[in-house]
Amino acid sequence: MEILRYAIYRFGTMLLTLLVASVLIFIIINLPPGDYLSNQIAELKASGQSAGVAKAEFLRREYSLDQPLWKQYMIWMGFMPGPHGFSGLIQGNYGWSFEFDRPVAEIVGDSLWLTVLVNFAAVMFVYAAALPLGVLAAARSRTWVDYTTAFIGYLGLATPNFLLALIMFYYGHKYFDLPIGGLMDPVYEGQPLSWDKMKSILIHLIVPTIVIGTSGASAMQQRLRANMLDELGKPYVETAIAKGLSPARMLAKYPLRVAFNPFVADIGNLLPSMVSGSVLVSVVLGLQTIGPTLLTALKTQDQFLSAFVLMFVALLTLVGTMISDILLVMLDPRIRYEGREA
Amino acid sequence: MRQLPDGRFVDEAPYDPQASIQTLERRDLDAPNWVLIWRKFKTHRLGLVSGIFLLTAYLLLPFVGFFAPYTANERDEERLYAPPQAIHWFHEGEFVGPFVYPTTAEADLETFQWKFVPDTTRPMPLEFFCRAGSYRLAGLIETDMHLFCAPEGATIFILGSDRLGRDVFSRILYGAQLSLTVGLIGIAVSFSLGILLGSIAGYFGGTTDWIINRVIEILRSLPELPLWLALSAAVPSNWGPVAVFFIISIILGILDWPGLARSVRAKFLALREEEYVRAAEMMGATSGRVIRKHLLPNFMSHLIASATLSIPAMILGETALSFLGLGLRAPAVSWGVMLNDAQNLASIEIYPWTAIPMIPIIIVVLAFNFLGDGLRDSLDPYEH
Repeated sequence: MEILRYAIYRFGTMLLTLLVASVLIFIIINLPPGDYLSNQIAELKASGQSAGVAKAEFLRREYSLDQPLWKQYMIWMGFMPGPHGFSGLIQGNYGWSFEFDRPVAEIVGDSLWLTVLVNFAAVMFVYAAALPLGVLAAARSRTWVDYTTAFIGYLGLATPNFLLALIMFYYGHKYFDLPIGGLMDPVYEGQPLSWDKMKSILIHLIVPTIVIGTSGASAMQQRLRANMLDELGKPYVETAIAKGLSPARMLAKYPLRVAFNPFVADIGNLLPSMVSGSVLVSVVLGLQTIGPTLLTALKTQDQFLSAFVLMFVALLTLVGTMISDILLVMLDPRIRYEGREA
Repeated sequence: MRQLPDGRFVDEAPYDPQASIQTLERRDLDAPNWVLIWRKFKTHRLGLVSGIFLLTAYLLLPFVGFFAPYTANERDEERLYAPPQAIHWFHEGEFVGPFVYPTTAEADLETFQWKFVPDTTRPMPLEFFCRAGSYRLAGLIETDMHLFCAPEGATIFILGSDRLGRDVFSRILYGAQLSLTVGLIGIAVSFSLGILLGSIAGYFGGTTDWIINRVIEILRSLPELPLWLALSAAVPSNWGPVAVFFIISIILGILDWPGLARSVRAKFLALREEEYVRAAEMMGATSGRVIRKHLLPNFMSHLIASATLSIPAMILGETALSFLGLGLRAPAVSWGVMLNDAQNLASIEIYPWTAIPMIPIIIVVLAFNFLGDGLRDSLDPYEH
């Protein structure tokens, strides 16, 4: 029951953080002078098209852009009634995209769960790649295995992942015949989920997953190696070897279990940068996640759209971190429930 | 040694009861801290090489114009997307010294691209200390002296030319000026914010600590890049390149401080209870003085090491922003701006050399990582 209490507590802090993040995001989005509609109105007035002006003015009132900023925020979040009563994020109304002239929910649509999918796959890749490499590098430390993994790790950390995306993209297609761009064959777009669609998505996921996960995997691998090395120097390891345990069994039985906790916990620290990376990589690879949407929305100052995408990205990160925290407590009951700072 | 009349032996050397206390147990550790750090750092081969490389790179930044054969925005309209040109030494088995073959552009009617055919009968030696496009040395002295430039009638595109016929090699050198300094300014911003807020939180504790700590946690849990994007999208498009450059570096720094502040705070929490801090307080030192004179110097070196490790993130951040078209903008030259040209697959396939700026990025980021690792390892000279 302790765990349940901790989970509830952790969920509460997550909601609070999300609330603060929403204020932050709203402020950032409103930093540029003017808003989409007032800019449009100015443009229309300059070119003398009064018909459009009336429509824009109407939209401005409709979306309460004529209100002071704090009221706009409250209405956007759904804490205060707008012109049509309570209708904000918490009521499930994501707002209106002026650029596309459609509701935000319609534009982001499928890309939400595809974003989650891409990031989930990347996290899995991080674990799958970092675990064996880290253990191997520690078990064979100061040999060519160690140096090679260290070198690859450093390279993975140093290569900007959008460049890695371009390179993988090109060579993946040339030599392994991996599909280019997108997250599924165009045939399946907008179709209901089917076996073939799943297969198509899986194949398309290979390159983005590796690209997004590489830097995280390198960081993780180095961390695991350091933890393992700390453990390997301890007397109980010597005892285990002296008792004649095979090296593989010895590694799996004792040091790995101890080194595993920080390994799980670290994903929480890595997640923000991985989600960041996925936004960028999506733009380069043209994935149907919310990355490209965010970029166009930011460039055209389409405020509700970009604010929603930013909120979603923040939510994704916060939920991921929360899950990793709760997992950590389940794995290691010694962790204090108040949090994991020293 | 002397024998007394009664047969005892006496040492003639004057006796100093303090001698055994004053002699050093470990003579090799009797040096100022920085000497010890330097001594240990020297043994970290990779870190040392990286440090020297970065130092040279930064020292040469004001003089890139001299080493670049062209200026940053000089165009050769005849040769757009010219492939890299080799510098030859031998012409038909004869030593000529460094020279290039002049190229002529021919239209390839099959691929509909320009082909640049070298004329291998006419070797044209490079010119040294020659006059070409004028630039400002260190931003002050106007001159047109270059280390080497193309001979009359030929070109020297060591790494090819880009979409507008500008020399990629020269632009990489000019781009280094912005790409490398963006990290320094960013880290300065994040460093001052991190130390200020971290020390306030750690030293005073209580509510201040709670608030700052929550802010740190919130900022750390948000993905950086989308926020960077949003902040740089807010930069008005009519600002000049210099203003954009500064604001971008500040944006990069503004979101980076929480990590630093966190470690500063942790150190302060540990050191706050030390006797010398209490002594200083008793003697009436103000909080500011205790923080600056007694606490910070304790772990300044650690902070510098961790700052070194976070410069690469800034450099990569600038590159990513410029690459997406939300960072530095066109007349400014940075590696990210250059890579903006290599954004699509077609250019990687047909003009792979437009992606060359990624190599200096990787090298610089690696060098900073190695340097930071080396610094971090050598900070505890007493530890073995």
